[in-house]
Amino acid sequence: MTVKTEAALRPRPALPAGHIAFWGGAALLCLALVAGFRVLDNEYAWFAGYFILQYVLLATAWNILGGYAGYVNFGAAGFLAVGAYTTVALRKAFGLDLLPCIAAAACIGGLLGLGTGWLALRLKGVYFAIATLSLAVLLHTIVVNWSFVGGSRGAYVLRPASIPPFVSYGEYLFVVMLVLAVIGVGIARGIEGSRLGMGLAALRDDERAAEAAGVPTLRLKLVATTLSGALMAVAGAPLSHYTGYLNPEAAFGLAFSVNAIAMPLIGGAGTWFGPVIGAVLLASLQQAATVTISSAANLMIVGVVLVIFAAAAPRGIVGLIRGGRHR
Amino acid sequence: MDPELALLVNAIISGLLLGSLYAAAAAGLAISFGMLDIVNIAHPALVVLGAFAVVVVSGGLGLDPLLSAVLLAPGFWLLGAGIYTAYHHFFERRGDQALHGLAFFFGVMFIIEVGLVMVFGADQRYVDPSYASITYYFGDIDLPLRMLVPGASALATIGALALYLRTTFTGRAIAAVAQDPEALRLLAIDPVRIKRFAFGISVALAGLAGGALVVVQPIDPWSGHVFIGRVFAIVIMGGMASLSGCVLAALAFGVAENVTAAFYGPSWSPAVAFGALLLVLAFRPQGLFGRAA
Repeated sequence: MTVKTEAALRPRPALPAGHIAFWGGAALLCLALVAGFRVLDNEYAWFAGYFILQYVLLATAWNILGGYAGYVNFGAAGFLAVGAYTTVALRKAFGLDLLPCIAAAACIGGLLGLGTGWLALRLKGVYFAIATLSLAVLLHTIVVNWSFVGGSRGAYVLRPASIPPFVSYGEYLFVVMLVLAVIGVGIARGIEGSRLGMGLAALRDDERAAEAAGVPTLRLKLVATTLSGALMAVAGAPLSHYTGYLNPEAAFGLAFSVNAIAMPLIGGAGTWFGPVIGAVLLASLQQAATVTISSAANLMIVGVVLVIFAAAAPRGIVGLIRGGRHR
Repeated sequence: MDPELALLVNAIISGLLLGSLYAAAAAGLAISFGMLDIVNIAHPALVVLGAFAVVVVSGGLGLDPLLSAVLLAPGFWLLGAGIYTAYHHFFERRGDQALHGLAFFFGVMFIIEVGLVMVFGADQRYVDPSYASITYYFGDIDLPLRMLVPGASALATIGALALYLRTTFTGRAIAAVAQDPEALRLLAIDPVRIKRFAFGISVALAGLAGGALVVVQPIDPWSGHVFIGRVFAIVIMGGMASLSGCVLAALAFGVAENVTAAFYGPSWSPAVAFGALLLVLAFRPQGLFGRAA
């Protein structure tokens, strides 16, 4: 691929050694987190930790399409809810456990993402964003009218008290989400350094030029929308087990869509580390505000921080750290 | 009249009234999004802000809500001019409006909504003008003034605006700024000033639409959410920069939603409208009433 766009010429992290360092570091971090939380021995810590990790995964998934390819998805909540309701439906129909449900959610979210990809072939910019928003409303309406999963009344999920090697079910969910988040971030990082990532960056910077230079934009967009959709659905799959009760209002909550956009932008869109920083910062801030002030205040914080960052630091925290190197 | 037919006729008529309300909410967006190319996703939140301002003013001074909305319009114009100045300074000037401008308005929307929750609480607010409880009956057809008065005022306002844009110098400049800002510069007109003026008008329209909205239905700080998809859908289906297309699309939207609600239940009505939008986007992105690109 001989695309000479600004993005493609950026220095890439050195490969094999970097990979080992990343996965080793991630594994160590996971062990340290679980060990630290066990010492803390507080059920709320698992609860809050899950909340943050689900946003790490959601923001990372959004970033694969929004950050790398430049296609803004306003309907993140729709994808997340599809994952959550896949779990509810499969559990009710076949009594499946959480893990197979997560795999199924990935498949269904991927298929939905592929469908969105078909829209992205025809729609650019803000039209694509609004199409994804309508898709979320459409899915919301379908779920509200689908009585098998509880319709607008919602569905209760009775979760087991604990799963053997883990102290509590909260810890189990935390570990599941931790592993999923690390896999998601790993995938994003892999994309960033690969030909796929360079192709996506090329089509983000100038889709026509990329096409003219021989980048298979059609295939790349479909891959990006499918991956992004699958990961978003995975982020939502354990939601019903986490809260014990799921209704359309909660699953399609606008907070998910806003956070999915705000977190990568604040952390630094288009880098694998940006959404992670953004999600950890914003989600912790929101947990803290929900507990100490009110749930209205936590959304206010997101709004204010988003406006400040969009205006003053458009490249996010990662951009601030790197300084003006790319501009 | 056959009851099925009466239901259908009533659904269509109340759909048209609802549609004129949608037209009011979407007309401002047809200016900002359609003509100025500013994706103001906070527009519905501004409508709700207008509704709350009308509740406060008409309640405090004992004025008619629609009259209060007109009195508040200059304030909203100033607010709009202020927002545009910030938007231009931070985003448009840098050529950075696509992703970050969108994020900016997303944040503005949240600040407005949460600000309203913090000031007014999450309760619903409403106004009760003297005509609200009057309904005219023509045979089987109901014509509630609570819908008719705001709907008719909305259409009259949009008509006056369309006339203004077509006949005055500034109005024509607004239409021109979207097409070719450089050509305006050659005529010694500052495109930034024109855009600021036009964006002020679009926000003033949002305030007026808020006044019409609160007469029709009770509102709470989150009422804007159900309108985000609708108003953008209407502007796109109407062919972006066209006020008449916007009104036609809004009326079609209102009728489609109401007929669905009357025959299949209100929980299905959003699906029809948004399904229609997805189809339009997929097969006719220039809008139902727009010219082929």
